[in-house]
Amino acid sequence: MERIKNHSQKLVTILRVAFFLATRQIKRANIWTNVLIVFIMTLTFLNLVVVSGILVGLIEGAVEAVQNRYLGDIFISDLKNKAYIEQSSNIIETAKNLPGVSAVAARYIEPGKVESNYKKNKKRANDLDESVGTSIVGIDPKAEDRVTGLSHLVVQGKYLDENDYDQVLVGAMLLKEYLDFESPNFPVLENVKIGSKIQVTLGDSVREVTIKGITRSKVDEIDRRVFFVDKQFRGLINRYDYNVDEIVVKLNKGVNPVAIKNALINAGFNQYAKVQTREDAEPKFIKDLKDTFSILGNIISSIGLAVAAITIFIVIFINAITRRKFIGIQKGIGISSKAVEFAYVLQSLFYAILGTALGALIVFGFLKPYITAHPINFPFSDGILVATLPGTLIRIAVLMIATLIAGYIPARIVVRQNTLDAILGR
Amino acid sequence: MIKVKNLVKKYQSGDSELSVLKDVSFDVKSGELLAITGRSGSGKSTLLYQLGLLDHPTSGDIHIGDIDTDQLSPDERTNFRLKELGYVFQDYALIPELTAIENVALPLIMQGQKTSEANTKAARVLDKVGLKERLHYLPSKLSGGEQQRVSIARAIGHNPKIIFADEPTANLDSETAKTVLNIFLELHKEGQTIIMVTHEPEYATLADRVLTLSDGKIL
Repeated sequence: MERIKNHSQKLVTILRVAFFLATRQIKRANIWTNVLIVFIMTLTFLNLVVVSGILVGLIEGAVEAVQNRYLGDIFISDLKNKAYIEQSSNIIETAKNLPGVSAVAARYIEPGKVESNYKKNKKRANDLDESVGTSIVGIDPKAEDRVTGLSHLVVQGKYLDENDYDQVLVGAMLLKEYLDFESPNFPVLENVKIGSKIQVTLGDSVREVTIKGITRSKVDEIDRRVFFVDKQFRGLINRYDYNVDEIVVKLNKGVNPVAIKNALINAGFNQYAKVQTREDAEPKFIKDLKDTFSILGNIISSIGLAVAAITIFIVIFINAITRRKFIGIQKGIGISSKAVEFAYVLQSLFYAILGTALGALIVFGFLKPYITAHPINFPFSDGILVATLPGTLIRIAVLMIATLIAGYIPARIVVRQNTLDAILGR
Repeated sequence: MIKVKNLVKKYQSGDSELSVLKDVSFDVKSGELLAITGRSGSGKSTLLYQLGLLDHPTSGDIHIGDIDTDQLSPDERTNFRLKELGYVFQDYALIPELTAIENVALPLIMQGQKTSEANTKAARVLDKVGLKERLHYLPSKLSGGEQQRVSIARAIGHNPKIIFADEPTANLDSETAKTVLNIFLELHKEGQTIIMVTHEPEYATLADRVLTLSDGKIL
């Protein structure tokens, strides 16, 4: 017992001396040296969190766009062997009445063809038409807007009104003006603007309609579609039973989508439709991309961590080596090696904590809110910064451990040298 | 107090071996002021480093009190230096980022004293060496003589059994050197054991006994 008490007293003394030395070494070091080291640590932290966060955010932005603008929280689609969702009205009513459901929208979808400049194109009878095959969708504009915010994705012109007739929204990826590349496999409409007439073919029915608005969402499923008001669309496709092809459900914040999905399945609707949460419905390539980018992010973080550890090592090593004589003197007058080593570890921790705190302030106080409000405009997504608190805390913990090791090793190397050689500078 | 027997120190210099101390034996009594003199390269500083446990002799014994210093582990040697020995170096060897009072308080804190307690004691010792007005000055703001007095204060602050001084006046002008020597003489009067290396015969005559080294041997 006495021995344990002695040991703990000794340890407390060592830590007190280490703290005494470390605080004074920091306090009386050149201010610009301190600023530079903290700046390096801040950059290292940003490298750890932001680079991987943006890389993951690039995909996360795409995923969120697909989920928020297309899938909703619950995505109900037709079964493989069915042309539409049977009992659609029943499903929609049930979903609307479930607690936690905020809005429900239904979509009628038919494959079709759109063509612009169709009067000029066919100069001769044997000329091929310049049309684009696509999905034509009928929506209730208000309901769709409540679930997916489609009106906010209109980049030109106006959103649909429930009384619009022969007026459509056209996805930006169907228009040459909005496409950044040209490919024979990716046909587009040319010379089309708001108010232009285009021809829509749905089976046997052909309509000349006016473009009311252009939507751009960076989600292929939306940007390659043409939207009609459902009232007119039902007539065009002769669907008077109100059975639809997609039902999207938006939930209130904090509601568990799995519980809603299970409620719909338990009501027996899985016989008529495929009921999925947004995560279930996510395309597999996106899931794979997320995993790949997450691995890439971790690799970049690991490199960042190694850079951080090496930076700390070099800083502490240079600091210790230039102070070798004084380390020798401290040992000479009886200061324990451990106290000297701990002093360096405390110094490196100080720089790491200050750099990390500053980095965290930049990330959570400025970068994350700013990028959330102004996403980075990547060609295929609105990139956000993914920096979760648990993920960041893990990175901070790993950085601190790396700092401890990187601060301790060089101090140990220098402290272990012969005391007299250190004092005499030999 | 100190018994030195057949002390030998050799250094490897390239392929050849250099004998700096050759079979040195002598005793130091408690309360004695011993001066070690000799020409440059005679081995006097090397002898001081062996006695002060800053270096290991190649062979021979050094007993300080009842302790056979050869039997001490590195940590025990450090602890022994902390508790029993005090050093005054030729170039003062103060820690540059510690003020005068902090330089003196550091070994006291290492001994387990509270910082406030250590500071009070350090201030008292600095007052004793005439630096009452310079407590919170960094070494870079002190003159050579003041720095050496801080160094002496640090060496005596923890009441060591023996003080080792390696040419403590070498870098000082004659006036300041006298002030520093007077401090040593005062300490000696109080019964402090002091071993001082000097190449000034004038200062050596102030000691109880003079040990003259030549080519690693006592004359």
